[in-house]
Amino acid sequence: MYYNVFGEKVSKRRFKQMCAAAKNRRELIAAGVTSRREMFKMGLLTAGGLLIAKHGLSSRALAQSTAVPPVTTNNPPSGGGQNLSPGTNQNCVPGNQTMSPPTRPFIVPLTVMPTARQVPSLTPTPTLNPNTGAGEVRAAAFQAPGISMSRFPVVPQTLYQFNQRQFTTSQHPDLPPQTIWGFDDGTGPRSPGPTYQAFYGKPQITRNINSLPSITEVNNTGFGMASVSTHLHNAHNPSESDGNPCDFYTSGRFCDQYYPNVLAGFNSTNEPNGDINESLSTLWYHDHRVDFTSQNTYKGLAGFYCLFNQFDTGNEETGFRLPSFPEFDIPLLFADRTYDPHSGDLVFDLFNLDGILGDKFLVNGQIQPFFEVSPRRYRFRLLDTGPSRFYEFFLTGGVAAGSPNTNPFWLIATDGNLIPAPVQVTSVRIGPAERVDIIIDFSKFTPGTTLYLENRLNQLNGQGPAAVDSQVAPQNSTTTECSLVLNNNQPAIKAAGAGNLVLQFRVTGPQVADNSVNPASKPSFYQLPSTAAEPRIVRTFKFDRLNGQWSINGQFMDCNTFRFAVQQNSVEQWLLTNLTGDWTHPVHIHLEEHQILTRNRVPPTVATDMGRKDVTQLHPNERAQLFFRFRDWVGKYPMHCHNVVHEDHAMMALWHVVAEGDDINVP
Amino acid sequence: MNALSRREMLGMLGMAPLAVGGVGGLARTAYGETSAAAAAPGAPKTIAGRARARIQEQHLPNLPLITHEGKRVLFYDDLVKNKNVSMNFFYANCDEICPLVMANLAKVQRLLGKQVGRDLYMYSFTLKPTEDSVDDLREHRKMLGALPGWTFLTGKPEDIETLRAAIGFKYPDPAIDADKTQHIGNIRYGNEPLMLWSACPGMAHADWIAETLQWMIHPQVDRVQKS
Repeated sequence: MYYNVFGEKVSKRRFKQMCAAAKNRRELIAAGVTSRREMFKMGLLTAGGLLIAKHGLSSRALAQSTAVPPVTTNNPPSGGGQNLSPGTNQNCVPGNQTMSPPTRPFIVPLTVMPTARQVPSLTPTPTLNPNTGAGEVRAAAFQAPGISMSRFPVVPQTLYQFNQRQFTTSQHPDLPPQTIWGFDDGTGPRSPGPTYQAFYGKPQITRNINSLPSITEVNNTGFGMASVSTHLHNAHNPSESDGNPCDFYTSGRFCDQYYPNVLAGFNSTNEPNGDINESLSTLWYHDHRVDFTSQNTYKGLAGFYCLFNQFDTGNEETGFRLPSFPEFDIPLLFADRTYDPHSGDLVFDLFNLDGILGDKFLVNGQIQPFFEVSPRRYRFRLLDTGPSRFYEFFLTGGVAAGSPNTNPFWLIATDGNLIPAPVQVTSVRIGPAERVDIIIDFSKFTPGTTLYLENRLNQLNGQGPAAVDSQVAPQNSTTTECSLVLNNNQPAIKAAGAGNLVLQFRVTGPQVADNSVNPASKPSFYQLPSTAAEPRIVRTFKFDRLNGQWSINGQFMDCNTFRFAVQQNSVEQWLLTNLTGDWTHPVHIHLEEHQILTRNRVPPTVATDMGRKDVTQLHPNERAQLFFRFRDWVGKYPMHCHNVVHEDHAMMALWHVVAEGDDINVP
Repeated sequence: MNALSRREMLGMLGMAPLAVGGVGGLARTAYGETSAAAAAPGAPKTIAGRARARIQEQHLPNLPLITHEGKRVLFYDDLVKNKNVSMNFFYANCDEICPLVMANLAKVQRLLGKQVGRDLYMYSFTLKPTEDSVDDLREHRKMLGALPGWTFLTGKPEDIETLRAAIGFKYPDPAIDADKTQHIGNIRYGNEPLMLWSACPGMAHADWIAETLQWMIHPQVDRVQKS
């Protein structure tokens, strides 16, 4: 069966034409026929933008590009931002990145962020309505106490005070100290911020204080806006505490954010406790200031929020018996960065619209650290903070011996949600803002073994992975159109050992007890909630680029406009479409998770697509069909591309949940 | 630090208009400067100083340009330095998105009122310096009803190309970039003294663009969106 991006059945012949058309359009561009009007004149482009299949251009386009030198992600072109691939399609154009100074790999131990420290009280005491007199900037009263004052007291027992501060820290001994931004729970500022250890049934307030240098007096480091909004990513949170991009505040102001830590459905479909199958586990917090999110998160405003319950307890002797937190349950925050080749300063490409790739890989704030592990099972929570990079992680051994190999590990959670049962994999792909939890059993390796978490995904620029891996077509080839045009045989996935060795594991730790569950014993976690319910409405969102402007349904982010109204406690299906042909957009939706029903009418086939998600990678020429239940809370939320450069350049839409939803199919 | 006392302190700084000498604090920054041992000879000693130099070198070249009034100006020295700015590209006979973006900018200028030309400067550069004469720019500007503070500019073709690449109006793909009908319709905005830079779509709602530009004029702004 073959389908177009709208999910309509098409013949095999038509399908081949479609694939050819997308390719031809790029070839026409490569051959210099670039204007839409010219194409119309030549009768090559139909009014709908579809290309009429055109033969005979292929060899010309390919012949033109044979002189293009090979370029890889590891060796970005330096010097003057010249790109080296004239006449190729955009998917093959490497990003223009400066080359960072050399740094020695694996000389710094991995930093494990400490567990966030609670405070006994907050001064002034949190109030139901925003305490504007004391400098609070919050959009509305807390919703949770309005539902149940006894379950959600205005001042819950669990309180945190996070000051966002500027500070200086080392990201690598071969570079000068960096002046960045981080979170201070009272023990000093750090980036990534402290890791929350939160529990279902224990509501909390975090007072997020902007203690960054004042915007009007700051001599900043060339990027960053000291105006913030801290979003708790993936939380089933009331809108006033969500950390909305349109609510932001400057130095000296604060926002009390009420995190009810309650399961979805608690006040609707599954009263009173919510649906256990909607349990969340690996969330993260990050700045979300509209137009400046990429700069502010790049500068350090991000951290983990681990949420536990009676099954995912953080104790390997109880519940699902997952490796104990925090000793053997390690959050890993991935970020790629660029440093000035002369001064070693952290730099951000301010004037980029496509997306930004760095040539240095940070894990928990350090470039290429090592981690000494004991021969036992560990749970790792992998988070891609972008700004624009996708990763495909492999567990690589045998590097020192010159014969890199690939070792299996266990996938247990996607976007931090435990999947029904562990799945053994040899790699896992994540895009910006996505998370996966994995279990690695180091007892399988001889003590003293060195292993690497290796990113083998080939990505040349901010567009997404180099390979056009649209799932329209059967996946049976590792070479790509891009590789053909570059004449460089660029594989989608690099060979073992040829990728980015991001984190080194040394199996040199002491022998310790391991009471955690063996994933091979087929333990069962949560079940996936049913997606059988009829949607109240199906909405379609087209992610596109209009004259360099990132758009959703031809429109742009605007804090003053709600694009559509979701009915509280209703089911919706959203169709995300991406006809651009050469961009991958990691699309994030706030408030509620979703399940991917289909990609181009085909149910998901890869393990990372089968669980509950809050980010869906929307590949080129693809339509993803998502199932939602919007429950419990009301108010405003955004949806957006989480390639934060796209997000900041308006690929975002604001919507809200209200009592009576609207019927806008194409918002 | 106590939020209240900070707030009071900031309240005093509050909405004070940006002094032209906003960079004056450069030398006395207190935030974690490095020894910069590896920096190039003659490079500024502070992170902020180096950042400013880098932004200027990479993105704000001091190119000679000509205004719609025929006046010769230098891009960095005369148009950007110590100013809040909005910048975009267009050409006079563009019949695709330019009319929408330029009409939008005319609305934005009216929304910002007297601030334009005093607290913020709007610049529109022609993409086709060989086609658009100074007279064309002046005519086009008049047709749009542009008020003082919104300057239309041209220059040598090679300088316009350099500028376009420097301030982020160039596609990485030369083939797409060569198609002027697809030209980038964004508005680049910034506060040069404070090194705040971002962009928004030229086709966004005019009132939202105006609000966005206000952040450059008055960055000390707190905001909530009622729903």
